[in-house]
Amino acid sequence: MATLVHTETLDLAARFPGAVTADTRPGYSGWIVNKENLVEVATTLRDEFGFDLLSHVTGVDYFPDKMEVVYNAYRTTGGPGIFFKVQVPRVDPIEVPSVTPIWPGAEFQEREIFDLYGIKFTNHPDLRRILMWEGFDGHPLRKDWHEPFYEEDNKPFKSRWPDGKFLSAEDKNPYKDNLRFPQGFDPEKITFDGEAALYGALAKYQTTDKNGLKTDHVIVNMGPQHPSTHGVFRAAVVLDGETVIGLKPVMGYLHRNHEKIGERNTFLQNMPFTDRLDYFNSMSNNWGYSLAVEKLMGVKPPERAEYLRVIMAELSRIQNHLILIGMLLNDLGTFFTPALYAFEERELILDIFEATSGTRMMCNYHRFGGVARDLPAGVFEKIRDLVEDRIPRKADEFDRFLTENEVLVSRMKGVKVINGEDAINYSITGPVLRAAGIPYDVRRAQPYGIYDRFDFDVALRHNGDLYDNYLIRLDEIRQSVRILQQALKQMPEGPVMTGKPQYQVRVPAGESYGRIEAPKGELGFYIISTGKPNPWRYHVRAPSFINITALEKMCVGQKIADFVAILGVIDIVLGELDR
Amino acid sequence: MTDNKELNSPGYEIPDDLAHAVSITTIDRLYNWGRRSSVWPLMFGLACCAIEMIAAQASRYDLARFGMEVMRPSPRQSDLMIVAGTVTKKMVPSIVRLYNQMPEPKYVMAMGACASGGGPFKEGYNVVAGVDKFIPVDVYVPGCPPTPQALIAGLIKLQEKIDKQSIRKVRWYRKGADTVQIPVPVLGPDIMDPRRYDEIKRLASRAVPAGEKPAEAVEATSSPAEEA
Repeated sequence: MATLVHTETLDLAARFPGAVTADTRPGYSGWIVNKENLVEVATTLRDEFGFDLLSHVTGVDYFPDKMEVVYNAYRTTGGPGIFFKVQVPRVDPIEVPSVTPIWPGAEFQEREIFDLYGIKFTNHPDLRRILMWEGFDGHPLRKDWHEPFYEEDNKPFKSRWPDGKFLSAEDKNPYKDNLRFPQGFDPEKITFDGEAALYGALAKYQTTDKNGLKTDHVIVNMGPQHPSTHGVFRAAVVLDGETVIGLKPVMGYLHRNHEKIGERNTFLQNMPFTDRLDYFNSMSNNWGYSLAVEKLMGVKPPERAEYLRVIMAELSRIQNHLILIGMLLNDLGTFFTPALYAFEERELILDIFEATSGTRMMCNYHRFGGVARDLPAGVFEKIRDLVEDRIPRKADEFDRFLTENEVLVSRMKGVKVINGEDAINYSITGPVLRAAGIPYDVRRAQPYGIYDRFDFDVALRHNGDLYDNYLIRLDEIRQSVRILQQALKQMPEGPVMTGKPQYQVRVPAGESYGRIEAPKGELGFYIISTGKPNPWRYHVRAPSFINITALEKMCVGQKIADFVAILGVIDIVLGELDR
Repeated sequence: MTDNKELNSPGYEIPDDLAHAVSITTIDRLYNWGRRSSVWPLMFGLACCAIEMIAAQASRYDLARFGMEVMRPSPRQSDLMIVAGTVTKKMVPSIVRLYNQMPEPKYVMAMGACASGGGPFKEGYNVVAGVDKFIPVDVYVPGCPPTPQALIAGLIKLQEKIDKQSIRKVRWYRKGADTVQIPVPVLGPDIMDPRRYDEIKRLASRAVPAGEKPAEAVEATSSPAEEA
């Protein structure tokens, strides 16, 4: 049984005397690196120790004295990862060197830290706000920054509980609304332009031809309201004719302040919020979060709950990939028919979720130490029928209708998305990485739950083009069916919850990172507990967000119509991308 | 025609042998019957609710039964804006702009808890507590997300609303009337509604410095004269 403990035998402190010290705070692991030596240490970790995949970068505000930037790297060959951290005093300007020259995948994450914590990354290629707009007042994830509807640091708020006295948040805010403005602000004297920074970043694509004639390119804004962007994603695309020569994603149109709200919530209150991250796969999201918290609490779910978790997660992977294929065909111009086929199967899986958890989409099914309830009568048989009969048949049907379709093949074959090396550098995980020939799947690389008991293959394709990205989804559906068939046969009877269900869980102090192979990639939850009922830091490593970092790399040189298809196969979902 | 019963105006005697061939009705009924049976929604999804909206369009729930299957990606061709998901401050200018671009008659449905009142994310700093702070809403559908059945119930409510409108009274046929234009909010230090500039200026001149607790700001500014 593999655990998620970051046991690592390499001794960085001995390798870099004076520059690196072990993180000895109780409950913490990893290394603390001097900010001056960060680039050197990171390069060594990647080149000598083989930590080639930077899983995530995030900030932590240890109010009132210091800020910390946390890096977490893994090997694509599998095994546990390594944490290393940089601590800086909490006095503006806070500066940390950027690791984008080593891991380009850190680009958007560092922009996010800059946006939400105000930590400046020196040597960063394009340091702008990312989730909030230019000109927004303050850095919201700092502990001393309070949102307009602020009541207290932690829930449950005293105004609502225990007497049931209710005072609405609007009444506490002078603007009677979710607004806050700096003192003496005059709206009519606004001088900045929020879009100027974006277009400034695009200006570098202006080219001059051999006669010294400056050529203007066309900038097309796709989104935030555009049928091909799968939500409110926006991309500013610089076009030369039909060819993409530059691209900047603009996001934050669905930034729902997940992490700030998560720090106010108690541990269990966060569970339903994780449903709304990747709203196709609430069952998987629950699992990632429960893993992180269970690791701190030291509880282990009973056998039957482990099997139920696998069953629900694999069912949601199947419906996710079916929808992806349907929607990809939409993006390629085959309007609606394939998507309707996909939704037909999805409804059957949602019926199972509804019967088990009570809702179709926002399942809120996992608890720390188990799942909320057992399968109701008759659902086991329904799942078995689906897994043994219907889904394999339908996967074959998709295969038969689509895989050798001439239009589809000529549209997708040879349209490069990304190659394996770049994919690792850009921290891409999930099917996009595996379609590029890197067999990295968290279920195998560092098995969680009971995945080490099942016999399945890591789906792998080698060309990294659109066509392989489509095929790998079908492969993964078939592998999920294999896992499900074994799980249904092996699942024992028994309890589904360790201990008594409780509203308030006791979570010891420390840090913890729980990660799962979500349908879109590695989904991780980085949690810092101080022993109080609420997490001090609650960070989501969202695969959609990190996979989109390489969007420009993927699209430059392609046609604009292929950009739509590439965005389709990356499989973004905005709830998770913007959080 | 299944809707004949509603279309036929009672009060006029139609001879039995003509009943299958003749309808006597009012212009309003005929006109509303046409409108209510071809509401084209804007293909506009914000968040989780959009997925249930797609599910409602798909074969199991089949919105085509209500004449609503034609989702238009352009606001110029749509009658109904289903605000399906969390409305964020960064997105509000685009939503208002889309609303302004829709031709009359236009309707807005707030689908789900977030669009109706902020939902679970209401306390967030980037979340607008309900789209009705900026654009007028005709129907609210509760749920997080509402099931396709709930969405359909909301659409039937909208049809009832359309049924009760009269050509003589509706705004968009009045003389000189034009499409409702709502001032597009501006992104400053926070979202700013141009209609509220005076209030913002007045309150900001008295606000405590940034970084202090807003709760203290309430005590500083909540004198009754303030909210005149």
